[in-house]
Amino acid sequence: MRISTFREIRFHGRGGQGTVSAAALLALAAFEDHFESQAFPKFGSERRGAPVEAYVRISNTTIRAHNQVYTPDVVVIQDAGLLRSEPLLRGLRQGGLIVVNSEQEVDDVGNKNDHFRQVYLPASSIGERHLGRPLPNTVLLGALAAGTGWVSLIALEQAVTKHLSSKGEKMVTANIAALREGYGFVSSEKEPVS
Amino acid sequence: MKQLLEGSQAVAEAVRLCRPQVVAAYPITPQTHIIERLAQHVANGELAAEFINAESEFGAASIVLGAVTAGARAFTATASQGLLLMTEVLYNIAGLRLPVVMVCANRAVGAPINIFSDHQDSMSVRDAGWIQLYVESNQEAADSLIQAYRIAEACELPVMVCMDGFLLTHTFEPVALPTQAMVDDYLPAFQFARTLNPDRPMTLGGASEPDNFQEYRVDQHAAMENAQKVVETLDAEFAEQFGRRCGGLMQGYRLDDARTVLLGMGSLMGAVYDAVDQLRDQGQAAGALRLRCFRPFPAQALVQHLKDVQRIIVLEKALSPGAGGIVAAELRAALQQAGIMTPVESVIGGLGGRDLTPDVIEAVFQGIPDTEAGVTSRFAPDHITSASDEAERGEQSYG
Repeated sequence: MRISTFREIRFHGRGGQGTVSAAALLALAAFEDHFESQAFPKFGSERRGAPVEAYVRISNTTIRAHNQVYTPDVVVIQDAGLLRSEPLLRGLRQGGLIVVNSEQEVDDVGNKNDHFRQVYLPASSIGERHLGRPLPNTVLLGALAAGTGWVSLIALEQAVTKHLSSKGEKMVTANIAALREGYGFVSSEKEPVS
Repeated sequence: MKQLLEGSQAVAEAVRLCRPQVVAAYPITPQTHIIERLAQHVANGELAAEFINAESEFGAASIVLGAVTAGARAFTATASQGLLLMTEVLYNIAGLRLPVVMVCANRAVGAPINIFSDHQDSMSVRDAGWIQLYVESNQEAADSLIQAYRIAEACELPVMVCMDGFLLTHTFEPVALPTQAMVDDYLPAFQFARTLNPDRPMTLGGASEPDNFQEYRVDQHAAMENAQKVVETLDAEFAEQFGRRCGGLMQGYRLDDARTVLLGMGSLMGAVYDAVDQLRDQGQAAGALRLRCFRPFPAQALVQHLKDVQRIIVLEKALSPGAGGIVAAELRAALQQAGIMTPVESVIGGLGGRDLTPDVIEAVFQGIPDTEAGVTSRFAPDHITSASDEAERGEQSYG
């Protein structure tokens, strides 16, 4: 019997951080890995710095619904500062994963009884080292891939190559390096998160 | 081969494959990505068209009107107040029987100003004389665009492909794009019989007196009625050549033996199908009917699909204030005309981008109590995240 796969990921970031691109890259990677996938944003007015959400669904059957994601398996937080202003973990499933762009662990994330798995990594500084700007996107995607095993690193690299090819080879190479470092950051942790 | 494409890109690629010679538009959210992409194609030499960034939607509609009279295949896209600014020209395009194709990236109409999706914009120009096709997915948006040119040119009627703003235009999902050769085969070069030509002078759009104006409307109405057959036939022909279809006038989902049927239009139907599956699993005989072609209104085909159903619900994302649901009212009339007295429950929801979630849709299926006597339509309840559905899919989610 075919095992059913249906995964939902919610991204939280701020306008200008590439939240929508991160969701698109993840969906592209899942698609490269032969899943059906869907990515879409929830825009407010498009302003730099305003909270932005984006959603991804990954499935091995056709995805028909076009609703927002309310019960994600993973929440990716591109700016830990948002944790203070919004209920970012709403609907996160038991045993779900939180990937946070932060230099250190953040206290009081969620309820202690919720048993979420948590990954913290300094994605902005890693991003800055590779890209010259503190962009956490591809670093966080690498971490997500390592933390879940849902998409392969190679598929993410292919997605980055395709999606960013118009921005030049340097951008592609730098983002792939950022992806790999994010991936390595999680996969080398002593306590595996999965 | 399928690609993961944003809806706007999918539809822009379909437009490119149809080889329009004139593209004119004025940018408005959430239509912009479609037009940006087409402008890029023209600039890159990938589409041999005149791209005209108009000074307003009124201008854009007027430009495509003129382009078609000069014999050019033309395209435009808009949304919301942009569509309403076109209104006068929309009537003229239809009255002149010009095969213009446009995409309406469905968006709410202000005030209050709102950029998100509902169907108020295109529904409010339903009497302009355009064929209106409401699509469910990005694949169907791209495919319907190609069909739209065939339908428009066969009927000499304009076609509006209505795709939900953001929910489709900004969503990445798998889409199979046909090759240029396949599209060329399905859609031959545009030959407009009434092309204006200085060697054969004639007037297009002259005045009409009371002794013949009504005849024009009689002809227009007949052409629209006839378009029902054309929409079905050309979808079937498309299916033969491309291996997939768009649903023709309408598309049923688990309708066999269904006792309760929810009818709706556009991208909300995916969640409706999921709700139907869930209700079926619980032993309820639920089904869904997606109305793709709202104009012309396929009254007889709707009656055929719904005549044996015990409960009919129409869930729609537009409102005629003071009257209620628009599709529901037309469906009631169609059923009554056929002597069928099944009541139609009219539910309005999803206005201004309000998410019609599976639990809202399930609540609509279960029935919404009347809040006031004499109300012909009810409003869908709000989404409440329930703890129970979190646990439901639980373990199989992790591989």
